[in-house]
Amino acid sequence: MSKVIALMGDQAAAEAMRQIEPDVLAAYPITPQTEIVMTFAQFVADGLVQTEMIPVESEHSAMSACVGAAASGARTMTATSANGLALMWEIVYIAASTRLPIVMPVVNRALSAPINIHCDHSDSMGARDSGWLQIYCENNQEVYENIIMAVKIAEHKDILLPVMVCQDGFITSHAVEGVKVYNDKQVKDFIGEYKIRHSLLDVDNPVTYGPLDLQDYYFEHKRQQSEAIKNSLKAIPEVFAEFKKHFGVEYDFIETYRLDDADVAMVALSSTAGTTKVVVNELRAQGKKAGLLKPRFFRPFPKEKIVQALSGLKAVAILDRSESFSNQGGPLFTEIRSALFDESKKPLTVNYIYGLGGRDINTEQIKSVFVDLEKIVKEKRVIESINYLGVRG
Amino acid sequence: MKEKGWEEIPIGGVIDKAGSAAEYKTGDWRTFKPVRDEEKCTHCLLCWIYCPDSSILVKDRKMVGFDYDHCKGDGICAAVCPVKCIKMERE
Ligand code: SF4
Ligand code: SF4
Repeated sequence: MSKVIALMGDQAAAEAMRQIEPDVLAAYPITPQTEIVMTFAQFVADGLVQTEMIPVESEHSAMSACVGAAASGARTMTATSANGLALMWEIVYIAASTRLPIVMPVVNRALSAPINIHCDHSDSMGARDSGWLQIYCENNQEVYENIIMAVKIAEHKDILLPVMVCQDGFITSHAVEGVKVYNDKQVKDFIGEYKIRHSLLDVDNPVTYGPLDLQDYYFEHKRQQSEAIKNSLKAIPEVFAEFKKHFGVEYDFIETYRLDDADVAMVALSSTAGTTKVVVNELRAQGKKAGLLKPRFFRPFPKEKIVQALSGLKAVAILDRSESFSNQGGPLFTEIRSALFDESKKPLTVNYIYGLGGRDINTEQIKSVFVDLEKIVKEKRVIESINYLGVRG
Repeated sequence: MKEKGWEEIPIGGVIDKAGSAAEYKTGDWRTFKPVRDEEKCTHCLLCWIYCPDSSILVKDRKMVGFDYDHCKGDGICAAVCPVKCIKMERE
């Protein structure tokens, strides 16, 4: 049983959160995430959820409250964007290192300065080394479903890590789409009960969270975190399989679109993947062998799947909606290129940094990238590896 | 104490046993060691009140010595002792 309703991306997130009904939600509103907190606050006010909602005075406090709640064993959520995520920074790392399965929708927005409220991925990409898992959503349906899945992924006994579920600020967060919403019971059955191993509130078995950890044990705890990320590559497919069993929908770490027999392809996260599908269809109609790879997960980084999908191609354009200032390209590019490095058979790779501060990415720009790829294939070399798409010269 | 490997310890830095701080021998940190002149001690227990490491040993309301496994040698007891019967000696 399900129904299709018209929802903005933020409302789709809030709807998933209503059905999940976390024990605690501590959040501070920030554009373009505001509608998530606003909608959820309405659910609380209307008595539709029993969630303890903590309206905090800043994002640093939001994540701090989440850490405390999660350590007590509460199923805990928050949501943020951009500068809000930046203000949480210290506690973002603490949440992951303390192995607390908090789920946080992130509505991607450019980081200041200059101040800007529109989409790019500089906020969540900045947190890529924090130890959180990261899922990127193409559309509102994925926002809804990924948030539900994220709860089970975060709480999986072999993972126990917090998860960011990212969507493009305004592009999907404020765009209304038809979203297939499952019934509340189906969602509750899927996520099940959560029982923490060491609860801070268990007075019969007292534990310490967040102790000092010096030269003697800190490294061992970091090694455990690396292992959890590695384990998640094996454990997340169990969640995909369960999701399919409950809802009949198939998910994977990556989505490939007309890639099997392609010569050239583009790699893009989130909503840009949707725009690229339109271009791929147009090019295919002209007989051009173009395809798309959309990584759904950036953490864990699905190396095997990405290598398998791309290694047979002639040339690949990797799009980054954030700048790393490394002069080596954006984060998606550097990681994918590094993943391909040891392969004997690999495509030529080229990076395009695009859409910063919400700069529109349209089908014409994407077509121009495929034109560049044709040229790269013809000349068998990449002339300029790092390019800026859509910036005025 | 033999240090454990990453697969043997609880995740997330959680300490799953109460009171385990006593197993941490902070006495290793000491450079100066408190030594008491028993004759002069009046057993006022000011040192016991002030010691931040609970390292003043008391029996039957009498100061009986120091817990050198945990005393960090900060010298607070020596500073507060009204009869100046505690000397800090280099280890
Ligand atoms: S403060 Fe001095 S006099 Fe008082 S109990 Fe301690 S050592 Fe004895
Ligand atoms: S030197 Fe410091 S730690 Fe040691 S017994 Fe005196 S007050 Fe306590």
